Amino acid sequence: MLNKKMLMTIAFALIAVALPLVIKAPYQQHILILVLIWATMGTAWNLLSGYAGQVSFGHAAFFGVGAYSAGLLTLHLGLSPWWGLILGPVMAMLVALPIGAIAFRLRGPYFALATLALGEIFRLVFLNTTNFTNGAKGILIMPAITSKVFYYYVGLGMLAVTVLVVYLIVHSKVGFYLVSIREDQDAATSLGIPTSLYKNLALLPSAFFTGLAGAFYMNYVAFIEPNIVFNLTNISIMVILVVMLGGVATTWGPTIGAALYIIMGELFRTTLGPANVLVFGVIVCLIIMFLPNGIAGELDILKRITQRKKAGLSGGV
Amino acid sequence: MEDMWIKFGQTVICGILLGGMYSLIAIGMTLIMGVMKIVNLAHGALVMVGMYVTYVCATYYGIDPYIGMFIAMPVLFLLGCLIQKYMINRLVEVDSILPENQVLLTVGIMLVLTEVIRLIFNSDYRSVTTSYSSEAIYIGAMSISVPLVIGFIIAMAFTFLLHMFLTNTDLGKSIRATAQDRDAAVYMGVNSSKITMITFGLGAALAAAGGSLLLPMFYLFPDVGHLFTAKSFIITILGGLGSTWGAAIGGLIIGLAESLGATYISMGYKDVVGLVIFLLVLLFLPGGIRSLVKR
Amino acid sequence: MSFFEAKSLTKKFGGLTAVNDLSFSVEKGEIFGIIGPNGSGKTTVFNLISRFFPVTSGEIWFQDKRIDALPAHEICKIGIGRTFQVVKPLRRMTVQENVMAGAFLRTGSITNARHRAEEIINFCNMDNYKLREAKGLPIPLRKRLEIARALATEPQLLLLDETCAGLNPKESEAAIELIRRIRDAGITIIIIEHIMKVMMGISDRILAINFGKEIALGKPQEVANHPEVIKAYLGDAYA
Repeated sequence: MLNKKMLMTIAFALIAVALPLVIKAPYQQHILILVLIWATMGTAWNLLSGYAGQVSFGHAAFFGVGAYSAGLLTLHLGLSPWWGLILGPVMAMLVALPIGAIAFRLRGPYFALATLALGEIFRLVFLNTTNFTNGAKGILIMPAITSKVFYYYVGLGMLAVTVLVVYLIVHSKVGFYLVSIREDQDAATSLGIPTSLYKNLALLPSAFFTGLAGAFYMNYVAFIEPNIVFNLTNISIMVILVVMLGGVATTWGPTIGAALYIIMGELFRTTLGPANVLVFGVIVCLIIMFLPNGIAGELDILKRITQRKKAGLSGGV
Repeated sequence: MEDMWIKFGQTVICGILLGGMYSLIAIGMTLIMGVMKIVNLAHGALVMVGMYVTYVCATYYGIDPYIGMFIAMPVLFLLGCLIQKYMINRLVEVDSILPENQVLLTVGIMLVLTEVIRLIFNSDYRSVTTSYSSEAIYIGAMSISVPLVIGFIIAMAFTFLLHMFLTNTDLGKSIRATAQDRDAAVYMGVNSSKITMITFGLGAALAAAGGSLLLPMFYLFPDVGHLFTAKSFIITILGGLGSTWGAAIGGLIIGLAESLGATYISMGYKDVVGLVIFLLVLLFLPGGIRSLVKR
Repeated sequence: MSFFEAKSLTKKFGGLTAVNDLSFSVEKGEIFGIIGPNGSGKTTVFNLISRFFPVTSGEIWFQDKRIDALPAHEICKIGIGRTFQVVKPLRRMTVQENVMAGAFLRTGSITNARHRAEEIINFCNMDNYKLREAKGLPIPLRKRLEIARALATEPQLLLLDETCAGLNPKESEAAIELIRRIRDAGITIIIIEHIMKVMMGISDRILAINFGKEIALGKPQEVANHPEVIKAYLGDAYA
């Protein structure tokens, strides 16, 4: 069973590595890179929200801080924005500490609302500290490298590391504790789980990789502006939808969701014209109503049911 | 010196009057949140749709916005009922890992409503002008615009009527009972799916009323809803969840804070002030909030 | 000093005094019962011991250590496990995973935790349900799962909150048998019930409370015949 899983993973990894050799059109490569960015963010969000159950509506804060770390390095110090790949995630973790300290005092929908407000505060502050951030004018850089293939492989590496780290966390004691907290916080406390500590253990890596994705975005797109990178709908909420579509609390769900979401979005944009967001919205509603655990999530449930039938463990009731 | 006081007085009065209309929108949200325990991110979009209905009445049929709102309200009531019955209610039976999927569904609904409106009316900024739009009442040296005054009076009247409805009618009492303890209400024979449907409709109708009252003062465009969603959240939390009077007073406070903020702090930071108040209330004044915190 | 001791425990919720100047001590190896009518403050006592609520006044001592200021999650670490009256299963986790979540308190390794969980599931006679998701279990098994999960944290003192409530006589019998075996394994137990019959059979000593105050304390037979207890349960006419 494990071997089959590993073989599958290796096969997919090989396909991912070979993909730019087959898909050569710059536009299609661009879409692939966007998928990698969203898959990374989704995987990071999934750790905090999918596994630990702390649904964040403010991940744009981490994404934006990561992107601005890279942008500001160039703007003020004239350093290469690639240093942002180091500074961005670290800064995102640093802002995650106070965000966690505030928001983890609240539960359920109130946590969600607090993160939403915090994310918006970041956007407004970056928008208004014009001297430091350039405000709504944004930051434009001249990328030293323009080869899409290069960005594809950097992005792929970023996603691979993110998935691996999240996988290792989830399949350890920490992962068990995070899911316990999601399922019942009081029960978790009664089992000796320090819930605040463990929520932070989920938040920090989540912020780290979201910040990394932000810094990479700055390097790739070469232009950022607070209303883009700190956007509530287009970043914070979209990342939730990506994971919901793919599969909450699954390893590959966020990646599947990112691929489907980006490709679907582009397809609609090019074929449906002005109605594309509408169709997208309708699909969002349908997914939430009929596939509440996402594609990978529903597949998992199916698999578990068939496995149990095979093992004859359906027992008693 | 005297000018300063006139400016201050005018700011305070305008803020309170504007706040009255925010209250009405927020009361709609607090009703929905109180009864259904869901965070409705589509509330602003409902306000926006209500505004467009009133706008169409005013622009194409020459119906005064204050009369048009009585068309917008039933339309939105119906829309709210349908959304609740065929979409949100479905989720009750769905087993999802994250209970927040209800919130996300309202995001989907928000997208759909906004985009439908954008398809019909495109993204242009629109406004309704009436004969009295630019008229003002003078109190001493302070000038107060007429639509603000009318809007405030109607908003307060609605708030009062709603309060009477909730306290004095069977239906109103059932709504309050469901908000307090759904299970107990169901045992007592309340038909909870009917109540939630009506509540959502009512919330949407109040959103439409508030939006229509604000129409003479606001530019109208499909994304205007975000603004109202954010405001009503802050007000709802400030007022204590599910509390009609809490939301009414919260609305006045936010209107006032916003008006003072716009006059005395830079425009850019006025929204930050609201959000910070929101967080502080969430953290330190959880009194009205407790009921919703899932344990 | 006793193994476990509560001194002048008091808890006020606003104007309501849920627990009022309650003192008792429990010896190692004992099954100590707390009885009382609904709303008499039994569960509040547990919530005070397990630090879900802060105490208003009074002291709690466990193995010569004062514990009424520890954070809630530390309580389990020092050896006090608990179950909940309204069961709180980790719904989307299997029985085995639920128990593992408890076992992780004493180990960091998945293999060890799984191994420990297997032993406990076996001890609780739940082998057949090992891979079932907790949300699909019937009530008696959920109650049993609560106990198994708490046992996995290797407690020295176990707080059982209404383990037999809602069970039919046969299921109740099985639960009592399990509780006895837990005691025989060397774990001290404080158990809450409002069904007198259950308590009479297994408790070494019983504390009866009403309105958060002690009304009787002693051997089961003494407590059962105590006029205050009869009055609290059946009303004045029977006293």
